[in-house]
Amino acid sequence: MAVVFQKPKSLADVPLHYCPGCPHGIIHRLVAEAIDELGIEGKTIGVAPVGCAVMAYDYFTVDMIEAAHGRAPATATGIKRSRPENIVFTYQGDGDLASIGMAETVHAAARNENITIIFVNNAIYGMTGGQMAPTSLPGQVTQTSPYGRDVNHCGWPIKVSEMLATLEGPEYITRVAVNNVKNVLAAKKAIKKAFQNQIEGKGFSLVEVVSACPTNWGMTPQQALKWVETDMLPYYPTGVYKDRTAAKEAQE
Amino acid sequence: MAQKVLMKGNEAIAEAAIRAGCRHYFGYPITPQTEIAAYMAKKMPKIGGVFLQAESEIASINMVYGAAAAGVRVMTSSSSPGISLKSEGLSYIAGSDVPALVVNVQRGGPGLGGIQPSQSDYFQATKGGGHGDYRMIVLAPASVQEMASLTMKGFDLADKYLMTSMILADGTIGQMMEPISFEDAEVNTYEKPWALTGTNCQRKHNVVNSLYLKADELEAKNIERYERYAIVEENEPMWEEYMMEDAEYCVVAYGIASRVAKNAVVAARAEGIKVGLIRPITLWPFPKKALLAAADKVKSFVCVELSMGQMIEDVRLYTECKKPVSLCSRCGGMIPSPEEVLEAIRKAQKGEN
Ligand SMILES: Cc1ncc(C[n+]2csc(CCOP(=O)(O)OP(=O)(O)O)c2C)c(N)n1
Ligand code: SF4
Repeated sequence: MAVVFQKPKSLADVPLHYCPGCPHGIIHRLVAEAIDELGIEGKTIGVAPVGCAVMAYDYFTVDMIEAAHGRAPATATGIKRSRPENIVFTYQGDGDLASIGMAETVHAAARNENITIIFVNNAIYGMTGGQMAPTSLPGQVTQTSPYGRDVNHCGWPIKVSEMLATLEGPEYITRVAVNNVKNVLAAKKAIKKAFQNQIEGKGFSLVEVVSACPTNWGMTPQQALKWVETDMLPYYPTGVYKDRTAAKEAQE
Repeated sequence: MAQKVLMKGNEAIAEAAIRAGCRHYFGYPITPQTEIAAYMAKKMPKIGGVFLQAESEIASINMVYGAAAAGVRVMTSSSSPGISLKSEGLSYIAGSDVPALVVNVQRGGPGLGGIQPSQSDYFQATKGGGHGDYRMIVLAPASVQEMASLTMKGFDLADKYLMTSMILADGTIGQMMEPISFEDAEVNTYEKPWALTGTNCQRKHNVVNSLYLKADELEAKNIERYERYAIVEENEPMWEEYMMEDAEYCVVAYGIASRVAKNAVVAARAEGIKVGLIRPITLWPFPKKALLAAADKVKSFVCVELSMGQMIEDVRLYTECKKPVSLCSRCGGMIPSPEEVLEAIRKAQKGEN
């Protein structure tokens, strides 16, 4: 009998601790599938963040390290510069990557550090119970913006992909979503490309995945997916923001 | 015997690190340790190593964390304000039990302080700095020769005990030039089965981590770590005793302060005062036994340091307050003159401390 679906090898056979309906599980699977399909399980080293995905080190079967909050790109840099033959990826939330770790993110991109970053944008701090994130939308109600994010008081959300794409350094910056089957398939393709780029030595590749946090958004998983479509994606449009190789090829 | 070369203290650290097999350096510029980075920037690309200037001390220590976890000999260097920023990473490195070498060429503080030599990071180095229950091996060179030999020793101890070794130097020794020899010290290599190398699909995955959400697991981990620290405390204290055989008074000083103190001891001896010097070389583990033994022999202690009085707390603690301990100190970048130290010794003799 043909197997049509099975758990990727790079994903451990353990129950994930994520809330029901949380897209972290889907994104983990996509990363693991990409690793499996590229045959790099044996040489991949993953960097877990501080955030809901903190225990990703238990979920991926590749060698893993747990970085300090926001420092994953620096930790990944240390690993990659020590073992250039290995494939190094980080998996980070928006508080981790775009707030406390912004400097590490921007400078790893500027250096075109040959690593792969999976950036999960759920517009909130999930793990600490739903505080405002650098990516929370204008007007979004969170624990620390209980009257809605007032941009005159605490500023505007950061569009990470657009911002990083202005840099000369990085190879590949793209934003994808996982709110429907079509988008999941596109996300898978982008994640695989971000690893392939590293294998080919092309450099810094970041995939921003527009995700959801039903629990702290105070929604059912269905409502959350709807909100991704109606509110998140118009503010954070999917698309390729930078692809140096493709741009070069188009020029030739 | 190995040939002597004339070197600056900071450069001696860099050269010794390379000789110890360190091929990875991550740092961020700060005075007065710049020569270390400059040396590495020049040498590393020529010998297949990595020198990378990071965007901050926070980034550089987390690069060190990654490289250490990947199993290579790795170091960073900085000075006081930069070490404050590195403290987060030092805590993670300790909590993950990976080896690293960190150099602090101290300058005056707190805050931006000054750029002149200081010893005011003693508390930070020996009592923590970062959060949590942890220790670092703290080595305090008093000469350019020791900048080199303690760096090599530091890498070895770090690998042996899976800890951070910190070289706690100061701006004077960093800038000083002295002839040194790189003894043909053998470089030990250690198996690192825990390192992140990729599983090669041959073994269960390695995880380098400091998170233990179950209280009993975290407690067990800390206890296990402290058992290792106890071995370090038993086996690794290093100190120098100078004119202590018949001493009635004991000066305690490390690093640059110990050189001034030594001159004062010689001068006091010329006046007939029976005084000696204990110079801790490891500040952690502190040479407790030497201090306690001296406490049974001498009448009092004079602690000389470039701070408002930090090591003096350990001197009191480990002499079990058996004898009076007085402080002779300058700070902010000032260095006590041998005359000031001599005066403090005279006062001790008169029982005025
Ligand atoms: C230095 C430090 N500051 C704060 C925290 C507390 N903290 C843990 S997770 C987190 C936010 C994580 O949010 P995000 O990166 O968006 O990931 P998510 O949980 O939403 O997946 C914070 C602030 C910490 N662990 N360390
Ligand atoms: S808190 Fe939010 S991001 Fe975290 S697991 Fe639950 S739903 Fe997912």
